[in-house]
Amino acid sequence: MARKAAISIAGLDHHFGSGSLRRQVLHDITLQVAAGEIVLLTGPSGSGKTTLLTLIGALRHGEGGSLQVLGHELIGCSDRQLSEVRRDHGYIFQAHNLHRSLTALQNVRMALEVRGHLDRTAMDDRAASMLEQVGLAPQIHSYPDQLSGGQKQRVAVARALVHSPPLVLADEPTAALDSRSGREVVTLMQQLAREQNSTILLVTHDNRILDIADRVLSLEDGHLREATGIRDASHGTAPGNGV
Amino acid sequence: MRPWPGPLHRLRQRTPLGWLQLRHDRGRLLVALAGIAFADVLMFTQLGFQASIYDANTRFHRALNADIVLISPKAQNLQNLSTFPRRRLLQAMDVPGVNEGHGLYVNTLTWKNPDTRRDATVQLFGFDPDARLFNIPEVNAQQQTLKQADTVLFDRGARGPYRATIAALERGETLTTEAERRTLRISGLFPLGASFGSDGTLMASDLTFLRQFPRRNVGSLSLGLIQLQPGADADLVAARLRRHLDADVKVLTKSGYVAFEQAYWRRASPVGVIFGMGTVMAFVVGVVIVYQVLSTDVASHLGEYATFRAMGFRNRYLLGVVFEQALVLASLGFVPGFVLPLGIYALASKATFLPIAMTGERAIKVFLLTVLMCGASGAIATRRLQAADPAELF
Repeated sequence: MARKAAISIAGLDHHFGSGSLRRQVLHDITLQVAAGEIVLLTGPSGSGKTTLLTLIGALRHGEGGSLQVLGHELIGCSDRQLSEVRRDHGYIFQAHNLHRSLTALQNVRMALEVRGHLDRTAMDDRAASMLEQVGLAPQIHSYPDQLSGGQKQRVAVARALVHSPPLVLADEPTAALDSRSGREVVTLMQQLAREQNSTILLVTHDNRILDIADRVLSLEDGHLREATGIRDASHGTAPGNGV
Repeated sequence: MRPWPGPLHRLRQRTPLGWLQLRHDRGRLLVALAGIAFADVLMFTQLGFQASIYDANTRFHRALNADIVLISPKAQNLQNLSTFPRRRLLQAMDVPGVNEGHGLYVNTLTWKNPDTRRDATVQLFGFDPDARLFNIPEVNAQQQTLKQADTVLFDRGARGPYRATIAALERGETLTTEAERRTLRISGLFPLGASFGSDGTLMASDLTFLRQFPRRNVGSLSLGLIQLQPGADADLVAARLRRHLDADVKVLTKSGYVAFEQAYWRRASPVGVIFGMGTVMAFVVGVVIVYQVLSTDVASHLGEYATFRAMGFRNRYLLGVVFEQALVLASLGFVPGFVLPLGIYALASKATFLPIAMTGERAIKVFLLTVLMCGASGAIATRRLQAADPAELF
């Protein structure tokens, strides 16, 4: 079954710094991720995984090579074009990054408001039903300060997925959580993304969650390799059937 | 289906993020509002005093029953009028359109305050008691009594310890006091009010005036007041008078005379400049306070703003949030900033006998200054938004 590539990268390099301090952090990355695939990216600190994630997430300008995400070539895009592209992404950060002056509902609604094609009632309904799906129906009018760490991260998941993004990017979403909450959050992500047929790219150190992936990649000193021996079973299995 | 046009519709759909952020941090909101109210109170006070100078110092001018005024070219203001020859007023009667002309003598007089018996300075006006020179009903009703020698009317709005004097005169009593070794009889009151140049005013007949100042030449007038024939155009007749009369007299319409006095206080005297500077200082203080609050607010929300940028909000949206906050602060801060000066005006006009009152024009002016003040602070505070870089979030 031929699927469209959600992410298609060829010959991507990236450097930090300038002059004599210029240092290459990504070397000739080539990667294909199919739509609906769940891909984990692991690697030691400083290996460049976060840089790769921010490039794919249109949060950083790329330098050279080809970087196609959801059919857009991101190399050479303006700030404004990158902003537009980001509206089709869902982001989950290590910290929940919720706005503390907004209620759970308002936080989730912001992800709909940026797209601007729903009216207020429709946005509220959609945000409320998303919060219900992550099990926070009683807390929809709570402020982040009134929620536990796991609850906050679940609001963040709701915010990242409420607009049914074709691509979800997550950076260590379980790092700040205990193992049970962490597990709940990734399971939720996996389940919702499957329902919406979203592609997930997840950077993690957390070995406990490797099982949700279709594919695990590892990055070392800016070189990408396919990690072996972790999940043979997932290869060739259509997402949605496995796990 | 949409009852609102596009942009307004979008605005109604929008989460009022700036307001929610301000509301969330009550302490910071209160500091900002107190700062804005403080700046507004200062501006209202400064502008109020400034306006009262102009109002108080032209009250006499506006009360004149005249269409055209003759003054000496050397005249600076009501307290420094100098004199011009009475002959010019008589010559003016030949000019078509002129109906009547009367002279007015003005001089500063040191008299003994009837309450305290201490020396005080007042202004003495002397005029023909048969002529109607003021649009002040109390003067018109009592000016026949001025025909008695050394009799004067006293300004009810005079500044200084005159409470007992005014109370006695209100009861209909007649008081006597002394001025430059002559005895004056005060027979009644009229309302005019103190100005920056004069604490109070006495009205007397021209004869009383000349007896009080024996060295003053009867042919040297301080002011010439000309009333025109009905239907005559003041500007036109004034132009004719300028051609007809020698250059040792200056011809002004009544409104021109009011403007002349105002121009003196605006230019030659530093009071206008001082109050103008006070207003500017209040504005600057307001900008600094609001900037502090807004920039702290931006700095403490940088992570959240970067998250919004990552979600696809453009920088323009964040600028909008900061300006929304500026506008909300301006509007909320203006409320106490408007109410408090009402009390201050009441106190100040009681204490100084200067006419200080809130005007719609000034309220609008200060509100616009407040919006400008907060907008300027917001504009400076937005520079901090540069630090909201979504690439740093992961």
